[in-house]
Amino acid sequence: MSNPALSITNLHKSFGPAHIIRGVTLDIEPGERHAIIGPNGAGKSTLFNLISGGYHPSKGSIKLRGEEIGGMKPFKINRMGLSRSFQVSNIFSNMTVRENVRCGVLYSMGYGYGFWRNVGNLHDVQRKTAEILESVDLLDKAQLPAALLPYADQRTLEIAITIAGGADVIMLDEPTAGMSHSETERAVALIKQATEGKTLLIVEHDMGVVFNMADRISVLVYGEIIATDKPMAIRGNEKVREAYLGDEADAIEGDAA
Amino acid sequence: MSNIATNTTISLAPSGSQKFMQRTLPLIIFAVVLAVIPFFGPTRTVYSLMNAMGVYIVFAMSYNMLLGRAGLLSFGHAVYFGLGGYAAVHAMEAIENASYGDGGFWASYPVFFLPIIGFAGGALAGAVIGWPSCRRAGTPFAMISLGVAELIAAAGFMFGSIFGGEEGVSGDRMNGPELFGLSLGPIEEVYWFIAFWTFIGVLGTYAFTRTPLGKMSEATRDNPERVEFVGYDPQKVRYLVFIFAGGFAGLAGGMSAVNYEIFTPEALSLGPSGMVLLMAYIGGIRYFAGPILGAVLLTYMQSMLSDYSEAWLLYLGLLFIVIVMFAPGGLAGIFAGLFRGLRGDDPVGSLRRWSVQIAGILLMMVGIVTLIEMSVHWSNNYGEVFHPFGLHLAHDSVLTWLIIFIPFAAGVGILRMAHKNKEGQA
Repeated sequence: MSNPALSITNLHKSFGPAHIIRGVTLDIEPGERHAIIGPNGAGKSTLFNLISGGYHPSKGSIKLRGEEIGGMKPFKINRMGLSRSFQVSNIFSNMTVRENVRCGVLYSMGYGYGFWRNVGNLHDVQRKTAEILESVDLLDKAQLPAALLPYADQRTLEIAITIAGGADVIMLDEPTAGMSHSETERAVALIKQATEGKTLLIVEHDMGVVFNMADRISVLVYGEIIATDKPMAIRGNEKVREAYLGDEADAIEGDAA
Repeated sequence: MSNIATNTTISLAPSGSQKFMQRTLPLIIFAVVLAVIPFFGPTRTVYSLMNAMGVYIVFAMSYNMLLGRAGLLSFGHAVYFGLGGYAAVHAMEAIENASYGDGGFWASYPVFFLPIIGFAGGALAGAVIGWPSCRRAGTPFAMISLGVAELIAAAGFMFGSIFGGEEGVSGDRMNGPELFGLSLGPIEEVYWFIAFWTFIGVLGTYAFTRTPLGKMSEATRDNPERVEFVGYDPQKVRYLVFIFAGGFAGLAGGMSAVNYEIFTPEALSLGPSGMVLLMAYIGGIRYFAGPILGAVLLTYMQSMLSDYSEAWLLYLGLLFIVIVMFAPGGLAGIFAGLFRGLRGDDPVGSLRRWSVQIAGILLMMVGIVTLIEMSVHWSNNYGEVFHPFGLHLAHDSVLTWLIIFIPFAAGVGILRMAHKNKEGQA
């Protein structure tokens, strides 16, 4: 029971000669909100893809609640209760908002590849879909084609699909990228509420969001985690300050929250 | 179950009456149309045309499970039609032998249910062939389907005991127990058989779209990557859809086996595979009913237009190109657009625009048809001349070229003008 929600040990990933992830070790406790920050090209997205099953690790282990998931297929990892969102909206654009969320719900409710049931009669699926839509405030747009949603709503839908399956480890890849200030505020509130009681791993560039939301922060630089600590401690960390130059360093040092 | 529905605080599902209008009613209308056709006293020619249409409707619907719904472009769908059909025709043989011989299982199997054997044969073929080919989508899938089609078609001419060589395998449908008082001898009785299974085929393919697997097949078409992150294996989704598509193609094969009482290796070849692609696409792959329209039109062209003109395949090719370029929604898309226009804010204006466009297209067609027919007659070298409506249109007469160019130019002009007006408004 004392297993961390997510436990990464000495993880490496190389693409040919390019050694992108160089020995990451990180434990995330159940219920923790953990942010990963780092300069561009530090390997944040690669790390995300390794954990969620997009890439095979070259070396090292990734454990979800004590079970090894490194190199497993994404759908298997997803079924074990880890779900992720994408940096660019990755939705089913020919479907309505409701159908999008329903796609996220179906497997987790045990309907799998069923070809003997009418989805219209799956009342538990419909109820769950409505609940999810209500929790992200998209209920009034449920019947719209997803492709017609404004950008911020598409990002919200992205999160809705991610949480729809009821996974308890949620990974969000830059959920507020490209949003305006007020949209970001709304998104942060929504993420906090929707991931209540769940383990959250988030990659984010907006330091305001990071310091506002995270219990702990890891700083990834050139494929290595140079510091993992509480937000306040990260701010005062000498190595972190060195890694960040210019504006971003100011953002970390200053009162970003 | 209904009390759960009423307990739901928020219901996003369409209301009962919407469901009836959009889902149940069209199926009822389809069934009624199928049922009343015989009461108009069709001739034998019309019956045989409609029986062929029924077979192709189911075949095209099964094809669209792949192309339209799952986004899988197959160049070899006739393989499953053919293998299902061969399974059915062999079963028909078994029924014949059993009813004159020692009885047994096949003696009590009605010919009416042979499409079930076809379904099983097609699905089995899909399960075997789909295993390697559904690992990839997109171009690799299309290429593999082409390779498999060549392979099976070649095998069709080699394994004589299974495929019967060039003359194929034939059977006699008037054996075994009769069902619904149908001896299946006269073509009128075969019509009821075809109508029944056409409806089952359409109903079955429709029901499939409503299942979790059917919904996820559309999701996999749109975004296979994301499907993986909601717990589904896109390869498995494709594979299962492929088996069902094979099954329904086999069902159509079984209908064909009973209708024609013969199957030849030709049925497995690239010809019918291409034909079903054209039917689905021309009808409209994004609309559920699209392939039905395509199957009806192309079957009609195949059997009727070919009597009028040797160049009918040219017209088919032209139609396909025009649809791909100008109306990617197919015939169903055109009808849907027309319907939307008539129900919109400006029904008169949209009707006028449509009439203008149709006039333009008809004028262009006059020119093109005249050119094609004149050329075909002339190049056949029998001194034949194209004689429409008592006109004498030889290749060296000025009148011919006037009839080619003036309507064509006028049609192009009208369409360009219509296009400009539309852009001006937008």
